[in-house]
Amino acid sequence: MSNEQTSDVADSPVLVRNCRVDTVVGAILFVIGAVVVVEARRLGAGWTSDGPGAGYFPFYIGLILSISALGVMYQSLGTKTRDDGAFVDRVQMGRVLSVLLPAVVYVLAIWLLGIYVASAIYIALFMIVLGDYPRVKSVVLSVIVVAVFFMMFEVWFKVPLYKGTLEPLRFLGY
Amino acid sequence: MEELASLMQGFAIVLTPVNIGLMFVGIILGVLIGVLPGLGGANGVAILLPLTFTMSPTSAIVMLSCIYWGALFGGAITSILFNIPGEPWSVATTFDGYPMAQKGHAGQALTAAFTSSFIGAFVAVLMITFLAPLVAKFALKFGAPEFFAVYLLTFCSFVGMGKGSPFKILISMALGFALAAVGMDTVTGQLRLTFGQTELMRGFDFLIAVIGLFGIGEILLSMEEGLKFQGKTARINPKVVWETWKSLPKYWATSIRSSLVGIWMGITPGGATPASFMSYGLAKKFSRNGSKFGTGEIEGVIAPETAAHAAGTSALLPMLALGIPGSPTAAVLLGGLLIWGLQPGPLLFVEQKDFVWGLIASMYLGNLVGLIVVLTTVPLFASILRIPFSIIAPVIIVICAIGAYTVHSAMLDIWFMLGFGVVGYVFKKLDYPLAPLVLALVLGDKAEDSFRQAMLVSQGEVSIMWSNPLVGSISTLALLMLCWPLISKAVAVIRAPKADEFAAQRPVD
Repeated sequence: MSNEQTSDVADSPVLVRNCRVDTVVGAILFVIGAVVVVEARRLGAGWTSDGPGAGYFPFYIGLILSISALGVMYQSLGTKTRDDGAFVDRVQMGRVLSVLLPAVVYVLAIWLLGIYVASAIYIALFMIVLGDYPRVKSVVLSVIVVAVFFMMFEVWFKVPLYKGTLEPLRFLGY
Repeated sequence: MEELASLMQGFAIVLTPVNIGLMFVGIILGVLIGVLPGLGGANGVAILLPLTFTMSPTSAIVMLSCIYWGALFGGAITSILFNIPGEPWSVATTFDGYPMAQKGHAGQALTAAFTSSFIGAFVAVLMITFLAPLVAKFALKFGAPEFFAVYLLTFCSFVGMGKGSPFKILISMALGFALAAVGMDTVTGQLRLTFGQTELMRGFDFLIAVIGLFGIGEILLSMEEGLKFQGKTARINPKVVWETWKSLPKYWATSIRSSLVGIWMGITPGGATPASFMSYGLAKKFSRNGSKFGTGEIEGVIAPETAAHAAGTSALLPMLALGIPGSPTAAVLLGGLLIWGLQPGPLLFVEQKDFVWGLIASMYLGNLVGLIVVLTTVPLFASILRIPFSIIAPVIIVICAIGAYTVHSAMLDIWFMLGFGVVGYVFKKLDYPLAPLVLALVLGDKAEDSFRQAMLVSQGEVSIMWSNPLVGSISTLALLMLCWPLISKAVAVIRAPKADEFAAQRPVD
């Protein structure tokens, strides 16, 4: 699939190819597998007095993970087996980051301001900055969406959501 | 005919005004989820699961399974009108569905898709009605080694039947098991892989993983393509429906063949996507108009849709009868059962008769309700896709964040969700399958328990996996599946294989 990626901008420079990412991800997975193996051995991967130890099963899982990761790395380095398809080009990377970075900021904002306030700000800013919508329309729409969520969770289903460390909505009494 | 009596009782349980209402709500939410990018059956059900904690288990499963049916129906709408497969198994529907819409036959294509979905699901539910109790009765005799052998078979089938690098399938699976091991060990009570972090004691909840991997990951993927939806409009009026229905009986052979393919493939895990492709390929081979496939043949819509729905429905059989889900969505439903305090597995048919037969009865009714709802409301749902992505994307991310938070009311889970989203995006791009990861995460503790119990019985001898004919044949089958990529390579050396003409289009899932 990945070697037939189509992009609107065909001449955008390719930032990184699949085989490179494959190698890096393989290396990360190998380390994770190794960590699991070491940790499993610490917990007791062998036979204890009352049966298999806590690390018995994770030990083999870590082993499978590490060995398979080596397999992926081997395939990504071989000239015949590697996938030279474009992983991501500059335009695509920009688009992905334009969603991912605000999402990280949004989760930070949830921690401070709570889900409702953070969501309203997030939706409005997303529409204004990325969607080029008029400000008033964006703010009104985001407030309506969040108000619907508020009614649904706090009032109808009685599932309280996170209000944030600063609790800006304390005055509502929920 | 004991089953029929139980089924009638099931209908009596489900046919209350509240449950019928929930059915409609579920179907409409499901179609909405199936139509929106970034929300699929698995994460849609995962997000809505916390809302059902206060309902009775029967009402909750009626609503959630209807969301699943709705999502299956919804996938066809985007495939036919927009050429965007909402789910991996609707890729094959785009081959003939979209050309039909381009020619102005969108109404016929949609009617054919919905009707054959219904037929596929109906045949599969019939099969479940009569087969599931038998399987459950049989499985009552299972001990720990047998259960572990079935788990082994489940995961080995991913390797045997999946597409792409077997290493990547194994990695996805092992990663799921490793994540499942984080937290308190169920047998010894030791803390595992927490590295002294108290927040990790709870472990990784699979609902968070599902919401992140499928929800956030999908949004990032859609965003990358800079998606602008350009679709065909569809009007379905009773005349089009009637005309299409009159032409459908001609294709009875395709319908039956596709249903059987779907049922067979659906019981094995991850079966819906290969089933739809296999059924499309078979229909092309057997049809008199085979050469015209791909240019807008109605038979090319009927075949994959029937098979995908039959497979999606039969994925619930192993979940109900054995407690082993056949698809990520079935895995989420299984997680729901655990949360509502029901123990999935063969005993469910003995101890929770009302629940099981209520669910089976709701499968019949839910699909009927689904057919009516989608046939009448297609234009409405198609218009949702015309809402610009810059409004839909942030709203879906907000919904995912809320869904992740409500699982345990933990702020940290929202961070995990975001992390899983990035993992989902990278894995999807590198053709790592996600279904084995989710299933391993759900089944991790149970598979490990049965493994340890089996080892305890045999004092560490692996030979217990071949201690009697039953467990022996399941284990052998599992190993055969595991080695299938090697075996098929060996066969290819001896005898040149026929080229699979749809191999390139088939997604890894």
